[in-house]
Amino acid sequence: MPEVFASQFVSIQHRDETAELGMWVFIATEVLLFGALILGYFVYRHAYPAGFAAASRHTEIVIGTANTAILLTSSFLVACAVEAFSGETRKLCVALLAGAILLGLAFIVLKGIEYSGEYREHLVPGINFSFDPADANGAQLFFVFYFVATAIHAMHMLVGIGLLAVLAMLTYRAPDSRHRAALHSTALYWHFVDVVWIFLFALIYLPGRSS
Amino acid sequence: MTRWRPPLALAAAWLALLALLALTVTLAYQPLGTFNAVVALGIGTVKAAIVAAVFMELRHRGPRTFLFAGAGLFWLGILLWLGMMDFLTRT
Repeated sequence: MPEVFASQFVSIQHRDETAELGMWVFIATEVLLFGALILGYFVYRHAYPAGFAAASRHTEIVIGTANTAILLTSSFLVACAVEAFSGETRKLCVALLAGAILLGLAFIVLKGIEYSGEYREHLVPGINFSFDPADANGAQLFFVFYFVATAIHAMHMLVGIGLLAVLAMLTYRAPDSRHRAALHSTALYWHFVDVVWIFLFALIYLPGRSS
Repeated sequence: MTRWRPPLALAAAWLALLALLALTVTLAYQPLGTFNAVVALGIGTVKAAIVAAVFMELRHRGPRTFLFAGAGLFWLGILLWLGMMDFLTRT
């Protein structure tokens, strides 16, 4: 089957490399989106160190750690799926993608359980917030960051899960080199969402544990 | 189906990431003062570098991809550096 590619490209390799660089440009814009949020976090953590430490101790470190392990493992499965993308191991590739999707959904479910726990503990600013008055201002700012950052991250997860599901379906039917390039770009996106979580985990769950 | 095994580099990276996760959670409970934050962000940076080098395949890429991937970090550096300057340098 002859492969087709658009007239601006000289080869399939040229087309695929362009797609990969395009995904890196998109990731650069995403770095700045989360970077601005994290800058806000640092500024307010500097202003309210005790409030941020106290608020951080109220986050669910067991769920946060489990979710980090889940996300790292799903990234591993997606990286394996990229390696396994070929005619012979097509079914394995689909199975690996399905595993990554299930882990992504498990992450979202655990996040939901965490959010509902925080609502019960009166930790949702603007809706239901009460905290030790000495640290309340800083803690409130911490939880504003927490909910905005983790909700934006969870939206990225949902987009990634959708993309992985589409690619699993395409790979299951009749994969060609265009799908390989698409899977590669989606994998880059999924790994980036993983990297964002690595930093959110360090900023949200770890501070204030030793005091 | 032919027998397929995950490439060694991917499996090693995955195990290293889980080990670093265990390490960073353990160290978070040790009283290290201001070093707690340094350790948490330092280990996070190592984990991110492993994901970028192995899972995102940057170790197999050339200067052109580094340029595109580095552009985001470069602008992030400017954002954090200028944004934090006042807080880091004034008492």
